[in-house]
This record gives sequence, C-alpha cells and structure tokens, in this order.
Amino acid sequence: MSAIGGAIIARGIGKYYKRYPSRWSRLAEWLDRGGIRHARHWVLRDVDLDIQPGESIGIIGHNGAGKSTLLKIITGTTQASTGSVQVSGRVAALLELGMGFHPEFSGRQNAFMAGQLLGYSSAEIAARMDDIEAFAEIGSYIDQPLRTYSSGMQVRLAFSVATAIRPDILIVDEALAVGDAYFQHKSFDRIRQFRDQGTTLLFVSHSAGAVKALCNRAILLDGGAILRDDAPDAALDYYNALVARREAEQAIRVAEADTGQRTTRSGNGDARILQIDLLDADGKSVRALRSGERARIRMQFETVRELPALSAGILIRDALGNDVFGTNSYHHGIAIAPATPGQGQIEFAFDNLALGRGGYSITAALHSRDSHLADNYDWWDRAVVFQVVPGGRPLSIGICDLAVTITAR
Amino acid sequence: MNVATLHPVMFRSLWNYRAFVVGAVRREFQTRYLGSLLGGAWAVLNPLAMIVVFTVVFSQVMGSRLPNNSGGAFGYSIYLCAGLLPWNLFAELVGRLNTVFVDNGNLMKKASFPRICLPTITLLSTLIHFAITFFLFLLFLLLVRALPGAPLLALAPVLTILLAFSLGLGLLLGTFNVFFRDVAQFTSVLLQFWLWLTPIIYLADVLPPALRDVMRLNPMTPLMDALHAIFVEQAFPHWSGLVYPAILAVFLLALGGASFLRLSGEIVDEL
Repeated sequence: MSAIGGAIIARGIGKYYKRYPSRWSRLAEWLDRGGIRHARHWVLRDVDLDIQPGESIGIIGHNGAGKSTLLKIITGTTQASTGSVQVSGRVAALLELGMGFHPEFSGRQNAFMAGQLLGYSSAEIAARMDDIEAFAEIGSYIDQPLRTYSSGMQVRLAFSVATAIRPDILIVDEALAVGDAYFQHKSFDRIRQFRDQGTTLLFVSHSAGAVKALCNRAILLDGGAILRDDAPDAALDYYNALVARREAEQAIRVAEADTGQRTTRSGNGDARILQIDLLDADGKSVRALRSGERARIRMQFETVRELPALSAGILIRDALGNDVFGTNSYHHGIAIAPATPGQGQIEFAFDNLALGRGGYSITAALHSRDSHLADNYDWWDRAVVFQVVPGGRPLSIGICDLAVTITAR
Repeated sequence: MNVATLHPVMFRSLWNYRAFVVGAVRREFQTRYLGSLLGGAWAVLNPLAMIVVFTVVFSQVMGSRLPNNSGGAFGYSIYLCAGLLPWNLFAELVGRLNTVFVDNGNLMKKASFPRICLPTITLLSTLIHFAITFFLFLLFLLLVRALPGAPLLALAPVLTILLAFSLGLGLLLGTFNVFFRDVAQFTSVLLQFWLWLTPIIYLADVLPPALRDVMRLNPMTPLMDALHAIFVEQAFPHWSGLVYPAILAVFLLALGGASFLRLSGEIVDEL
C-alpha cells in the first residue's frame, strides 16, 4: 500500500475513546496488564477511503457523525485506534485557524509562528511574507500586536498563512468561513485555484450549494460510518432525505409520548398485543421512512388461554383516516403457533413500502379467523404513527408511490 | 504500533519542524521579557544576582568556609555553585517536562505537528538558561583564579548523564501526568526532599554513616561528587562512580521514550 502526492488511502480506520468508570480503574488496568476495565466509545468505525490526487471531496453529515474525527486522523492530529491511513504530500488543514498565534506579538511575527507550526521553514515564510500581507489586506496592522486586530483580521491573516504555499492536500471546514462576504469570495477563489492546480480538496460543509460547486464527489458520514460515497448530487439528496427523516422522526416520537395513552383499544382480552413497532431495513425502530424503502411491522403478543384459532392483522391508514392497505395472517394462510397460552411474535415485511409522502398510522388486531368481526381478542387503533418522507425515488404525489418507468419515443 | 519503526520517523519529522522548535524557543524567551525595558538583559541579570549571592555574600558576608578552609575564601561558594546550578537544571527540566503535555493540550488537540517537538522545546530553552548561568559561574572562577584546567573536560560526560537522566525521568513523568495529574504534584514534593537528600548545600561528611549508605542509592550523589571533584578539587572525577547514574540514565531515557511513543496517541485523547 503506497500513496502518491496528494493521495489518501485509508483501510478500516476506526476511532474509539476509552471510558473508565473512575480514575482509579485506569491505574488498576495499567498495573494489571491482563484486565481491561474500560468501555470503548466508538466515534468512527471501518472507514475505507481511496482518494486520488486532485479529487475534490465534500464531507457531509450531522454534527457528531464523525467528520472532524476522520479529518483529524487524516491530518495526524488524532491517532486512529484501528486500521491504517496513508497520506502523501503536504497537508494544510483549515480546521482550526490561528493556532500558534500569540496576542502580544505583531502580525508579522505571528505569521512566522503559525507558518512554523505548519512545518514551513523560516525561509519559506520570509519568501512569501509579501504575498501573505497582500492577501490578508490588513495594511500597516501587520506590524502591530495581534491583540489590536479585529477577529476578521485575525482570520484573514491565519487563512493567508495557512494557504501561503499550495499544499498537496487541503482540508477546509466551511464553518471557518467567517469574515466579510468579500473575503469569503476571495478565499473560495483561492481554494478553487488550488483545486484547479491539482490540490486534493477535502471540504466539510452543510451547504449543498458549496459542495456541488466545489466538489466532484461527496462522502456522507453518519454514526461514524460512511453511509454514501457518491456524486455530490446523489449524496446530498440522500443527506437531505436523512435530515427530513430525522426531523419527522423526532416530531412523531414527541407526539407519540403525548398521545400514547389516548388510543382506542378494544377486544375480549383472550389475546393481547404487547407491542407494535415499525422497523427499517436494518431492523432499527423508526417512525419515518422514505418511499420505496424496505420496512417491517413487528407485533409481539401473548395469549391468555387456549384459543381455537388466532390470526393477526394490520391496517395502514392515511392522515385523514382512509384505509390505505390492510391484510392479515389468515388471508396469507399463515398459522400462528401458540394454541397454548404464551408469547409470540409476527412480522409483516414490505420489500417496497410503496406509500407516497405523508403521515400514516398502523392499526393492529388479533382475532380468531378472517376478520375481527368474529372473535375479536384485541384491536389497537393507531398503535404506531409514522411519516413517509420523499427521497430515493422521483417525486410523486398521492398516497401510493407506484414504481413507474417513463419512456419517450 | 511498532515502536522500533517510529524512531527514525520521529527524528526526521522533528528535523522537518526545526523552524517551529527554534521559533518556539525564541518566542518563549521573548515572552518572558515582553514589555520590559531591559528585555533580554534580564536573562543575564537574574542569574548574575544569584551567582553574586552565592559567592560574594556567602564567602564575604556570612563567611561560610569548607572544613580545613580548603579552596580558600571561595571554597564553599564554589562547592555550592558546582552542585546547585546543575541541580537546578535537573529540577527545572523534570518539573517543566512534567506538565509540558498538559500545558500544551490545546495545541496538541488542534494542530498536527510532531509531538516530540514539545519536550525538545522545553529541553532547549532550559539548556539556554542553564548555559547563561553556568557561563557566569565559569567567569567568576576565572576572576578568582579558580578555573579548573583539563578536568573541565570531564564536565561533558557528567552533564550528558545528568541531562539524559533528567530527560528520561521528565518524559516518563510528563506522559504519566496526562493520565494522573497527581504525578506533577508528587514530583514537586519529591524534588524538595531529593535536594536535601543530596550533598549539594551541605557536605556528605556531616551525615551519620548509616544515612550516608542510603545516600549512595541516590543517583544524584555520584554526579554531585564528580562535579565537586572537578570544581573544588580541580581533579578528574572517579569514573567508576558514574557508571551507576549512567546506566540508570540510559534505562530511564529508554523507558521514558518508550512510554511517550506508546501513549502519544492516547495523550491527545485524554487532554
């Protein structure tokens, strides 16, 4: 495994922090070589990267998705706990501007200090001092103590120093783009210029526009893993859907907690639904899904006494209460095992949840035969409420999202 | 992590960052005298005052003398400076290395540079201060015509052992201090006792024989004996006595270096 100038190759990198129950337990672990007393808190897991020289890559994801950790491992600030990473060439990271600055020294002296911290030699900095001064546009302030600078001037100076020499790899966190609009444009121009000259660019951003404009590839991180590594458009669409889904999910969980006690429950109680849950493709409990996603409805139940027959049904309704889809195990010819009292579980799996965007509810029932009109053991109205958010498929309207192919002649 | 493969990389990256190391040492110097009128002159005035107190005041005002008045009027002053100035180097280096990672935690978390730069900066800036002070002491010896001749050459191995010992111990304690902040507290207590358990301010002869045996375990004792031999007796030290501190210094340097390399990744996580 080797990397050429500007390339980044990572294999299975992961990062965990050790969490000790107390300070003493770390000491105990040190003294007792065999015993491990810490818990691992993973923030990044199994990340593979193949970045070619000259690529420009947007890194997107929620706060806490692992973006900074990944970048810190690439710059070498933090050590990966697992895997290996090879970074070749000079790396400049605009993750923390103004490191190495001292308020009492002049701008010129600070430019030297910050440059030295980046690994530049004094001669390299001296040769570029005029450029740094000119780009920062702080005029005669360059020989004044840094404490007399406005925060915008400090950022300008720091940016000028950090980008004084074109690096092989440039890592930029857009959150740093403070300062006035004029300087933002100027700094983006310089970033773009570096990219065009062959610098590999890693660009952290929440702004879709900036990623689309600057990058030819985007990596979506979520929960410490790469969720999507794709063209910027595709990755951003996925990310936006993820955001929409997370927000919808949040709202429903809050509402569920409020209204949980007020749903209609009826039946003779010979069998009882213990829990209804909606799961996504990974088996995670969710309350927001995208059209066309794989999903499962899981019902856990118990029977109180010996029953002649038992079948389980579900009914999906839209926000207005219209029946959208319903079926039960009797119609599918599935026999539910326990004739004797005990607990059981039944799942309704959808390969393609062809629902249009909007709010839906799931009603679940346990009854003896084909419908709840015969022997109704338990009927739980609106047991779960969920939201279908757009994403993944072409935009459509209506309560169902039929997979359609359009051809033109 | 393979420690053996890290060594060359570590020193190469240290070389690449030499501008940063030199710049940081100079900056530390500048920061200390920032805003003062005399500026860098204080770097000389301060140790000069110390030397004057130890020499003129002790010999002329207080009349401190070595037994049998050996070494003349300045005998005790020379004895004191020969031991105390290197001891101060040791104590300052160990003390500052103890907190070097904790003090630079913010920088380590946010910037990527070879971590070995930090102890190197501490080492260099401590050495510069020691060099100024020790130069003034040698100047004083020249003035009172007590400058040892050839035995001065023995200073090189003695100070090398002292530095290796300090660096190894400081690096070891500094690494541990990141995880257990008790280490720095403990060290400052330890150093105070250690000074009085070493024949620097007093002569070893004043101690009861039982205590003198214990003192032989103290690796600083043979180093001080060697320094006293050079400056007070103006003779080459007994080399055999230096074997014990030299072995200990190499051992500590290896141990300190290994624990630093092993834990340097975790240090950043912990800060």
